[in-house]
Amino acid sequence: MSYSAPQCLNGCIQCDDVCVEFGNVLVLDEVSFSIPKGVLTGVVGPNGGGKSTLFNALVGLQPIAHGNILVNGLLPGASRGTISYVPQREMVNWRFPLSVKDVVSLGAINRGSIFRKYWFSDNGEVEEALRKVDMWHSKDDLVSNLSGGQRQRTFIARALTQEAEILLLDEAFSGVDISSQEGVIDVLRNLRDEGTTILMATHDLNNLSDRFDEVLCLNRHVCAHGNPESVFTEEVLTELYGSHGEMFAEHRIGHHDHVD
Amino acid sequence: MIMWIDLLFEPLQYSFISRALIVCILVGITCPFLGAFVINREMAFMGDALAHAVLPGLVVAYAFGISPFIGALPTGIIVALTIGYIVKKSGVSNDTSIGIVFSGLFSLGLIILSLTGGTKLNVEDILLGQLLGTSITDVYITIGTTVVLSVVLIVFYRQLVFVGFDFQGAKVAGLPADKLDYLLLILITVVIVMSLQVVGIILVVGMLITPAAASSLIVRRFPPVILLGIVFGVLSAVSGLYLSYYFNLPSGPSIAMVSSIIFAICFAASRCLKA
Repeated sequence: MSYSAPQCLNGCIQCDDVCVEFGNVLVLDEVSFSIPKGVLTGVVGPNGGGKSTLFNALVGLQPIAHGNILVNGLLPGASRGTISYVPQREMVNWRFPLSVKDVVSLGAINRGSIFRKYWFSDNGEVEEALRKVDMWHSKDDLVSNLSGGQRQRTFIARALTQEAEILLLDEAFSGVDISSQEGVIDVLRNLRDEGTTILMATHDLNNLSDRFDEVLCLNRHVCAHGNPESVFTEEVLTELYGSHGEMFAEHRIGHHDHVD
Repeated sequence: MIMWIDLLFEPLQYSFISRALIVCILVGITCPFLGAFVINREMAFMGDALAHAVLPGLVVAYAFGISPFIGALPTGIIVALTIGYIVKKSGVSNDTSIGIVFSGLFSLGLIILSLTGGTKLNVEDILLGQLLGTSITDVYITIGTTVVLSVVLIVFYRQLVFVGFDFQGAKVAGLPADKLDYLLLILITVVIVMSLQVVGIILVVGMLITPAAASSLIVRRFPPVILLGIVFGVLSAVSGLYLSYYFNLPSGPSIAMVSSIIFAICFAASRCLKA
C-alpha cells in the first residue's frame, strides 16, 4: 500500500519560482511559497506589488513566464471550479439587478446535475450558506444596495455553494468599515476551521496578527512569509514599502517627527 | 364594448395585418428578453451599432433577391464577433471601437446601395422597417428564430447572468466567460436582424432597450425586469401596429413612439412613488 503521495493535495497551494511578465516588466519575480490546507493567510504588499497578479496566476487567468504552480495538486487552469474568487469591488457589475439569493445560487452553477448548471438551484444549500455568513435576513435585498461588508459576506456565501476548497479575496476590506471587517473575519475563521484554505489580499497593515494565521509579504517577490507576529522586521517593511517602511517603523515606536 | 372588439378585429381581415401582428408579438417578446441584458451591461450603443452595421448584408441580399434575413444575419454575426474581438484585444476603448466598425460598415452599405441604385429598394423601408410588407416566409422565419433564440436563452440564462454580473468570478468558477460574451453578442444580433422588418435599422435599438428600461424602473430584480419588459414590448408593438393602421402612420416609428411613451409613464410613476 505504499505510494509516493503528491506534494500538494486538496486545499493546498504551492508556487515554485513563479515569474510573471507584463511586456518588459517583471511583475512577479521568482515567487515561491507553499500554503497548507486550512490556513488563513493575509497577502500584504504595496499597490502594484503583484497581489492581484498572483491571484490571477493561481486561478489560471494570468499565464506565467516561468516556474510552477500547483493548486489542489493540479495546474492552475485545471483547478478552476475548486477555487472561488471574491473580486475587487470595481471588477463587479453592481448595476446588474440581482438579489443576495440570486448571487449565492450562482455558486452552484458548475457543479452537480446538468439542470442545476442551466436553471435550477438547490434552495436548501443557498439557505445554509446564507445563514453561515449571517445574511439570510437580507436574502431578498439587491446586492447593489448592500454595504461593503454585506457584499463580501454574500460573495463568501457564493463560495460556500460552490463548495470551493480554496477562497481568494482580493482587497476584501476596501470600503468596508472596521466593525464589518471583524464580521467578515469571523466568517472566514469559521470556514478555515472547516478546512477551507483562504488567501486574502489587503494593504491594511492593522491587526494583521489578530486576523491571520500567516502573512505573505509580496513586493514583486516574497519578502517574508510566516507568523504575522514575527515576520515584520524592519528589513521586511523597508523591502515592502521602501522609505515608507521607515515611517511605519518610526510610527510604531511613537515618533511622529518627519524623517529628513 | 362591442365596438372596441370590432376595432381590434377589423384590421385582421387583411392577411398582411395578421402577418404583421404575429411578427410584432414575437419581436415584442424577444427584444426585451435580450434588452434586459443589454441595458444592464451597458451595451445599448453596441446594439445600435450592430443594427447599422448589417446594412451591407441587407443591401446585397435585396440586390440578389434573397431574403434580407439570410443576408443580414451572417453579416451581423461577423460584425458582432469583430467588434467583440476588437473590444477585448485592442487598446482602443470600447465605445470608440464600436463607433469605428459601425460607421465604416454603415457607409459601405450606403455605397453599395447607391451602386445598385435603380432597384426596387427603398431606403426608407430599410431604415424605418416595412412591417406591412411582411411575407408569409418572413413569418415562418421569425417564428423559427424566436423558438431557437428562446431555447438558447433559457438554457444559458444562468451562465449569461453570472458572466454579466461578475466576469472574473465566473471565469474562476469554471465558466467559459469569453465564449458566453460572444454568445450574447450573437443572440443580440439575431434579435436585431429579426426586428429590422418591424422597426428598421434606426429604431431597432429603441425596441431593444426601451421596454426593458421602462420595466427596470418599476420592478427591480432581473427576472421580473425581463417579464414586465416583455409585457411592455408586446404592448408597444401591437398598439403601434394598430395606431399605424387607424391613423395611417408609419408603423416602425409608431411602435418605437409607443415604447417611448411607456417609458415616460414608468419614469413619472417611479418618480412619484419615490417622492
